[in-house]
Amino acid sequence: MQVKYESQLREPLIYGKKTYHDLTEDIIRPIEAKPTRLWYIGFFVAVALLCFGIFSVYRDVTYGIGQWNLNKSVGWGWDITNFVWWVGIGHAGTLISAILLLFRQGWRTGVNRAAEAMTIFAVMCAGQFPVWHMGRVWMGFFVLPYINTRGPVWPNFNSPLLWDVFAISTYLTVSLLFWYSGLIPDMATVRDRAKTKFRKFFYGITSFGWTGSAKHWQRHEALSLVLAGLSTPLVLSVHTIVSFDFATSVVPGWHSTIFPPYFVAGAIFSGFAMVQTLMLVVRKVFALEDYITIGHIEAMNKVIILTGSIVGVAYCTELFIAYYSQNKYEQYYFGFSSGNLFSPYGWVFYSLMFCNVIAPQIFWFRKMRRNIYVTFFLSIIINCGMWFERFWIIVPALFRDYLPSSWSVYYAPTIWEIGFYLGTFGLFFTCFFLFAKYFPIIALFEVKHILKTTGESYKDQVTNIEEEAVEKFAQENLHHH
Amino acid sequence: MKKKKFVVLPFQEEAKLFDAVKMAKEDGYKIHDVYTPFPVHGLDKALGLKESSLHKAGFYYGLTGLSVAFFYIGWIFNFDWPHNYGGKPHFSFPAWIPIMFELTVLFSAVGMTYTFCWLCKIAPGVKKHHFHPRATDDLLVLVIECTAHTNAEEVESKFKKNGAIDTSIQYAEIGWWWGTYNDDTIPFTKDNSSIVVA
Repeated sequence: MQVKYESQLREPLIYGKKTYHDLTEDIIRPIEAKPTRLWYIGFFVAVALLCFGIFSVYRDVTYGIGQWNLNKSVGWGWDITNFVWWVGIGHAGTLISAILLLFRQGWRTGVNRAAEAMTIFAVMCAGQFPVWHMGRVWMGFFVLPYINTRGPVWPNFNSPLLWDVFAISTYLTVSLLFWYSGLIPDMATVRDRAKTKFRKFFYGITSFGWTGSAKHWQRHEALSLVLAGLSTPLVLSVHTIVSFDFATSVVPGWHSTIFPPYFVAGAIFSGFAMVQTLMLVVRKVFALEDYITIGHIEAMNKVIILTGSIVGVAYCTELFIAYYSQNKYEQYYFGFSSGNLFSPYGWVFYSLMFCNVIAPQIFWFRKMRRNIYVTFFLSIIINCGMWFERFWIIVPALFRDYLPSSWSVYYAPTIWEIGFYLGTFGLFFTCFFLFAKYFPIIALFEVKHILKTTGESYKDQVTNIEEEAVEKFAQENLHHH
Repeated sequence: MKKKKFVVLPFQEEAKLFDAVKMAKEDGYKIHDVYTPFPVHGLDKALGLKESSLHKAGFYYGLTGLSVAFFYIGWIFNFDWPHNYGGKPHFSFPAWIPIMFELTVLFSAVGMTYTFCWLCKIAPGVKKHHFHPRATDDLLVLVIECTAHTNAEEVESKFKKNGAIDTSIQYAEIGWWWGTYNDDTIPFTKDNSSIVVA
């Protein structure tokens, strides 16, 4: 086939010559096939980590969080670092699904389903930290503003910590609804080709009796669009509110008006890094290279360099303002506590500068953006870097407070803090492995929807149009004029 | 519920489906529905479906959430238990904005999703008649409901000439019932005499 005018600028979103049925086959195959040995190994490692995490949390509840190395000055350590880190990871999914839907970015269809799942699992992990950090977790329901017999004593609605409760739970709920409403039609596809009794039962229940009726699709599109419209400000609000936990305080290094945009950019940055890490593995393991193409990876790398640069500017702005404001507490914080290589936590600052600001600059080169190995390696670097960033914001700001006599010794986690963190990795990957096995990891109906607008299928149509005689075309299409 | 007679006409291409819909409307057949594996652009217009007003419902749910947050916090902080937080005013409106925003989004999203399920009659455990198993795979299935004036065989052969493949004539119950897909549950009917009606 020969198309006269073919754009070299837009590469296809789906490679190869495919029919609708091919898409169904390719994407549902992993669900219908037996899991590979690699899947079992990965799954059991994840479950083992989860068990270690559960044991650590069991000890937290039994003995109290005194088994962590938190102290009077460093009241937030690994727990809140991990909380902020996981929430950040949970930002890419909604960004890809919601914001890119509103911007009509076709490439999101290849990765949105898995990224949304990742979002939900990451937020689930994030939620664990503030919950178990309460110590007396059985009092957790006190945050709910219900009419109670304690006075009544109400939660403080003016507190950013309570805003966070609302923000995170709303975010989890809305992401779940968005993800699942998109899954329903695809579950119906699996149901209608199911051969085993279990699959007929399971996908029958989970597909809600979806038929694909025209009216239902019309409502489905209306629902997706409005949920996307709601999720867009929501996703920005969530990390904004997380940053308020710090920004509304009076701690030097936290008390900063730049925090909301800086946190949101950092969240998207780390979220996309995690999407890259997972998708590069998924596309290889499930042979989905035709759907999650190099073009997709490059597009995400472009988002990474953009958000990474925003974060870089934010770091520099903080340093500059500390100098320019001549505020001696700020200057002390950046000059001696956290930004100084020879201070106890100096290494954190220099690691994060390297991981988040310097390393991603390699993505200015197209060749590097399109290199799978570089991307994978860098995605890991960025994940680490963003963890360092969260730690850098929290601990160095706390460990030397206003009163030198209460300066803490060097804070390092105990095995149970580490165990808790590893446990959330266990939770995340257990969920992700189950998701990859039992759910369509690519939004099948959305890929079908764009099939004829891209790649070979599109060329077919264009060729037909080009072959038509001009008179015939004019006769058929221009008869109104 | 009564069983009805349907002509099931699956198509492979969107263009052919649109032609068929147009033809069916011109010939005055009663289109029951079109089942597709993905949203087909412009099909709702071709079928003459009204635009969905789901987004309006979403707006009202959101408004409810906003009001709930505002009035509840306002009532608590000003009337039920006016607490002194560092001498700050009880009516500290700017500090309520985050929660008001979150509840707007929460109510709107949850309300809309429930309404969507309600309108489409979908829920876990719901079962419906499916006219063609490939309607969720690769076929676009036009279903015509037979009335007293419809000659089903004629309809079938007419549309076959226009690109329909794997056509069939089915007696089916529309609507929904509770059931699972691993066994052939027969929907509950009170009246046995009404099982087959042409």
